[in-house]
This record gives sequence, structure tokens and C-alpha cells, in this order.
Amino acid sequence: MTWVLNNLGLILELTLEHIRLSILPIVLGFLIAIPLGWVAYRYRLTRGLILTLVGLLYTIPSLALFVILPPLLGIGFLSEANVIIALTIYAVAIMARSVADALASVDPDVRQAATAVGYSSWGRFWGVDFPLAGPVLLAGLRVVAVSTVSLLTVGIVVGVQSLGYLFTNGYERGILASVLTGVVMTVLVALLFDRVLVLLGRLLMPWTRTRTAPLAKGAAA
Amino acid sequence: MNLFLDAFAWLADPANWVGSGSIPQRLAEHLRYTGLAVLVASLIAVPLGWWIGHTGRGRELVVGLTGAARALPSFGLLFLFVMVAGVLQREPASVVVLMLLAVPPILAGAYAGFEVIDRRIIDAARAMGMTEWQILWKVEVPLGLPLLFGGLRSGVLQVVATAVLISYIGLGGLGYDIVQGIELRRFDQMLGSAILIIALALLLDAAFALLERWAVPRGVRAGRLPEPRTAPTGRRATAESPATTEREEKN
Amino acid sequence: MFTARNKGRLAVTAAVVGASLALAGCASGDPLAPEPDTDAPAETIVIGSQAYYSNEIIAELYAQALEAEGFEVERNFQIGQRDAYIPALEAGEVDLFPEYTGNLLQFWSPDTTATQADEVYAELLTVVPEGLQVLDQSPATDQDSYNVTAEFAEANGLESIADLAGVEGLILGGAPELEERPYGPTGLLEVYGVTVAFEATGDTTVDALLVGLANVANVYSADPRIGQNGLVTLADPEGLFLASNVVPIAAADLPQGAVDIINAVSAALTPEGLVALNVQSTVDQLSSAEIATQWLTENGFLG
Repeated sequence: MTWVLNNLGLILELTLEHIRLSILPIVLGFLIAIPLGWVAYRYRLTRGLILTLVGLLYTIPSLALFVILPPLLGIGFLSEANVIIALTIYAVAIMARSVADALASVDPDVRQAATAVGYSSWGRFWGVDFPLAGPVLLAGLRVVAVSTVSLLTVGIVVGVQSLGYLFTNGYERGILASVLTGVVMTVLVALLFDRVLVLLGRLLMPWTRTRTAPLAKGAAA
Repeated sequence: MNLFLDAFAWLADPANWVGSGSIPQRLAEHLRYTGLAVLVASLIAVPLGWWIGHTGRGRELVVGLTGAARALPSFGLLFLFVMVAGVLQREPASVVVLMLLAVPPILAGAYAGFEVIDRRIIDAARAMGMTEWQILWKVEVPLGLPLLFGGLRSGVLQVVATAVLISYIGLGGLGYDIVQGIELRRFDQMLGSAILIIALALLLDAAFALLERWAVPRGVRAGRLPEPRTAPTGRRATAESPATTEREEKN
Repeated sequence: MFTARNKGRLAVTAAVVGASLALAGCASGDPLAPEPDTDAPAETIVIGSQAYYSNEIIAELYAQALEAEGFEVERNFQIGQRDAYIPALEAGEVDLFPEYTGNLLQFWSPDTTATQADEVYAELLTVVPEGLQVLDQSPATDQDSYNVTAEFAEANGLESIADLAGVEGLILGGAPELEERPYGPTGLLEVYGVTVAFEATGDTTVDALLVGLANVANVYSADPRIGQNGLVTLADPEGLFLASNVVPIAAADLPQGAVDIINAVSAALTPEGLVALNVQSTVDQLSSAEIATQWLTENGFLG
């Protein structure tokens, strides 16, 4: 406890850094996954191929990816781009499947009705399919957010500052409070992202408001 | 691309296939930790998931807890457990951390498998005079198997990829060569090991797909809707991660 | 039935996604830019450190000593491995970095035969790449060393690494990479005729030694746990390990005023002093900044 009180500044700084570094991979992963997931949903033949390939990306160990990317892409080791790209890859791996599933979850009758009232396919996608796929998209995005926040800690191995610093530095110095604080703060940041996404979901999809948000609710209980 | 050639050269080098710390030994270690973790996770998650699916009780709580479990950073937990339990306990510590990773998808697969079952089937079974026990074993479990296998496969994949981190606390596995390679700047070794891990993940996934074919009754497979998860139960859709519970593209 | 409403909804979605993108963009700058530090003002001295707590303390000493004399300092600590930060130094992204003579020499000149402190330093001066300079070496050392428990030393009559030659069942504990280092199992056999099995024990090497997972442990000589646990550091008469004194490595154009300050810090840092700093970090659990302020004050660099 003394350690925590003496290091509040450090903890806060690392937490903010952690939040900052988590945002971009989540947003980028979401944006990249939309066209991928759409293709997988729209053209059934490609579904197995695309989803297997992106699923494969998820099996690349984070440790390996952080170290292999710099020479492969010609970016600096110290560059944050390294970790951001790696985490974006994981985000896409999870999200592409979610997008495909989400689009498939839209009631075909609604889709036919939309076509019948004169929607173009582009307009129907953004005006009907996409909002109706919202709840499933949101569920996927929440998994992405939580997993990104957790995986970011491994980035400390290649020198990218995050709450992971409290793990390696605390382990090296034998300070249990440091490692424990790192774990607790990482979970809190993950739950924060989760909460924000749920609220965003309620704001953008008011028709789902009556439903519960089990992940955040249960976690708070 | 040179890097990949080097990695395959490292993989092909006979010197890396014999003796202590050889590739087969690392593979065996990796499989052992993965297997133990998934086994323990299944022993906990499958009965619990089935109980939740059958009774409908405790669902919100478990969904919440597993959501929070997903947020746990394995990297920090490993260090934490070793510091608390001591270096002699690093093997059980690793298994526990990896197990925590596998529980959420398996649990979700187990109860989601029950939830997608048409209620009318259960009612019909009950009307035929089946006991609750018979309903569980003869109706719900077989019908729930496809999603359970989905959860298992996703759990295995996560554990295989994350087991790399146990090398950081001095245990073997395929991550050993990655951790050592980072310090020695041996990219061939790092990439080669990463390729091995991906190959292992693919093999295990394929093995589970075969196991699923063998274990799931033919009637269940034939009778499945092409997109069972899209049954319009919006509640379920918001609750779980499609990414971690369903894998069925190979059917 | 959703049509009328959804146009508005979509606009909100777009606005929020756009805003969050913009926010994320502002926060982290161009993610593809190679390094954010290059456009820092020329007079700002960027100080780096390894991902090693003791090294971070030394970097913090440099930082506060320079700040006390009015230099602008930017801390870029915990950069990880030598392979990661040496290119950053060479590219001018980092201006000053605490290093260790032996390990650094081995990095630039893997086949070196120098082992004694002065030899190592002299040779290091000849292999420094253009654009970098090596400042004065400090008396403080922090190098690899082989350690055994007091009981094990007594039972087997161990004082030097050479004494290990007759001992059966030796297990060497250390970081995974030690297995492949020139002073690892291979070096032990070639130089001292000592055969060991290897056990990767990483950051818990000392704990592993104490519980018997290993009976010879590679521990940095400035690690306070050597003294705290009464470990016996085995002498190295054949020079298996390179002497490794603390040495600052800097950009060639580091202002002379800064060079003088850093050299004075190096001269004041003794081997015992470095261990004491490490004790403050691991036992007293003070932060690098607190430890540095205290030391600099005691040694007359501050106030």
C-alpha cells in the first residue's frame, strides 16, 4: 500500500498512456474489419477462407509479433507504430468474424422490405443492415477492447510504455504491490472501455436500451 | 521475405531437432501446458456452463465474471502468481493463468449451446416423460455439442498463443526460443518458433474439428440450421462474443 | 419502419466515429512516423535507459544532474534491449545512455579478447561508431558473475569458478540467453573445464538458487541480493567475464558542459554506491527519481 501511495504519479501516468495507446488499435481494427466482414458475409464462398485467415492472425503470439514487425515493415523498434499495428491485427482478427456474424443476424425479411421500399444496396447497408447489426457489432467490439487493453501490457517487452511496466519492473525488483497494481489497473481500464462502449451503444441504438448489458452489469455486481 | 527464408532454414536445421532444448522437446512442453490448462478449464467450465444452460440460473453473474476474466492480463498474472507462490510453484501458476484464459470461451460455448436449442424440443422431451436428467443428457448435451466445440476450439487457440509467455518465468515451451531470440537478436529463431506455434494451433484446431465430427451425432449436424447463432435472440447476441463461441465455417 | 429514424442515427454514428478517430489521431500523432523525438529542440538532451531498474536509476542520476545545471532533459527510459536502443542512439533519437563497458564492447566486437577493465575500456574507445562518443568510465561495475550459496561453497570448497571443475551435478541458472552466451555453459567448459546443465531461471535466478532449482547462478555483481542472501561470488581468474564498468555513451555533439557534469557523476559513483542505490530500489522500494535526488544531494550535485 505504501508503494502505491508513493507512486500514484507513475501509476496515473502509465494508466493514461495505456488508455491512449489502446484507442487507436480498437478504432482501426473496427474500421478495417467492416469491409472484410462484409465480404465474408456477402460472398459465402469467401467466408470460410477470410474468417480462417484472420482467425489465424490471432494465433500469432503477441510477443513474436512485436519483435517480428519492425524488421518486416521497416519501422523503428521504439516506434509506437509497432505495437499499434500488432494490436490492430489482433483487433481485426476478432472483429472481422463479429462483423460477418452481425450482418448475418439481420432479419432477412427486414432486408427484403428495405429493398422493396427502394433502398439501393449501398444505402441499405448503411441505413438498415449496419444499424440492425449494431448489438452484435457492439458485442464484438467489447471483446476487442478488453483484449487490446490486456495485450498491450506485453508491449513493454519491446519498450513501449504501458501498465506492463509495472509487471516487468515490479517482478525484477521483487515488488509485489507493483505487479498487483498493474493487474488491477489493467482490468479497470478494460472495464472502463467496456463501459464506454456500452454507453455509446445505448446512445446510438436507443431501441436496445431496454435490454441489459450483461458483461458490465455482472462485472459490477 | 529473406526473414522467412531464414526462419525456414532455422526450422530445417537438424541441429535444432535433437538434444536438450530441441524443437520436439519444446513442442512437447508447449502441448503439455496447453493440454493441462484446457483440461482443467473444461472440468470447471463445461459442467458449470451446462448447469447454467439447463437451469437458466446465474447466467448474468457468470457472463459478467467471464467478461472480467477476459480483461485479466496473463502477463502480469504470471508474475503475480510466481511472486506469491514462489519459484517452485511456477508450473501450477502457469497452468492456472492459462486455464483462466480458456474458461470464458468454453463456458460460453457450453451454455450458449443449450440456449440455442428450440424450447419446443425441450418441452416435447418433457411431455414424453423424460426426467430432467434424461433431458440433459439425451437432448441438451448432444444438441449443444456444436457450440461447445466452438468454445473449446477458441479456448485452445488462445492458450496455445498465450503459452508463449510462460517462458518469461523460466519455463519451456515454444516461447523459450522467442524469449531467448529477443535477447540474442536471432530473428530466424523468433520467426521460426512463431511459425511452429501457428502450425501447432492449426493442427490442434483441425484435430478438434475432426473430434467434433466424430462426437456430434449425425442427426444434430443434419438438423442444424445453416446459421444457428442468428436465431433472433437479441439478448444472447449482446451477451456473448460471437468471436469466441462460434466456429463453424468448416462444416 | 426504421428508415426515417436511421438517417439521423447514422449521422450521429459517423460523427462519433470521426471524433474518436480525430481524438486518437491527436493523442498519438502520426503512428507511422518513425520517432517523435527527432524534432525536439536541439538543446534538449534525450536520455535513455535499459529495461533494467538499476540502469534506470543511473539514467535518472544523469537527468537530474543535468537539469540542476539548467539543461533541458527528456527521459526516454526502459527502451529494452541493446539491439533496440543502440540503433536509436546512432540515429540521434537518444543523446545519452548509461551503459556497461564489457557488454557494450561485446556487442560491437563479439570476438574481443579483452577482459580487464582498462583493456576493455581502451578497446571500447576504438570501436565506437561515428557520431557517438564514450565518456569516462565509472569505478562502479555491474557485470555478470557466477554465485553459489554459502553452504554449497563450503561443502565443495569453492572460491573460484575453477574449483567447480570437480563438482558433479552442477546446474547453472540464468536468463534464457545465457545458454548461448560466450560465457555460458560453452565458455565454462572451454575455459575452466566445468560441465554444467542449464536451467533458464530469468528474473527469479536468485530465488531458484536458494530453493535448489540451480546451484550456480548468474547474477549481476551489483545485485543487492548477493549480499542479502550471503551468496559467494566465485572468482574469475581466467577472465571468462569481461569487466563491465558503468560508462555513459553519448552523441558526439553532446555539449561539453553536459559531458563534464556526467563525467563528474561517473567519478563519484562507486561499486558499493551502486549496490546501495539498488538496495534503495528493491528493498526500500523508492522510485528512481527519489533515489537519484537523494544521491545527488549527498554527493553535492544538487542544492
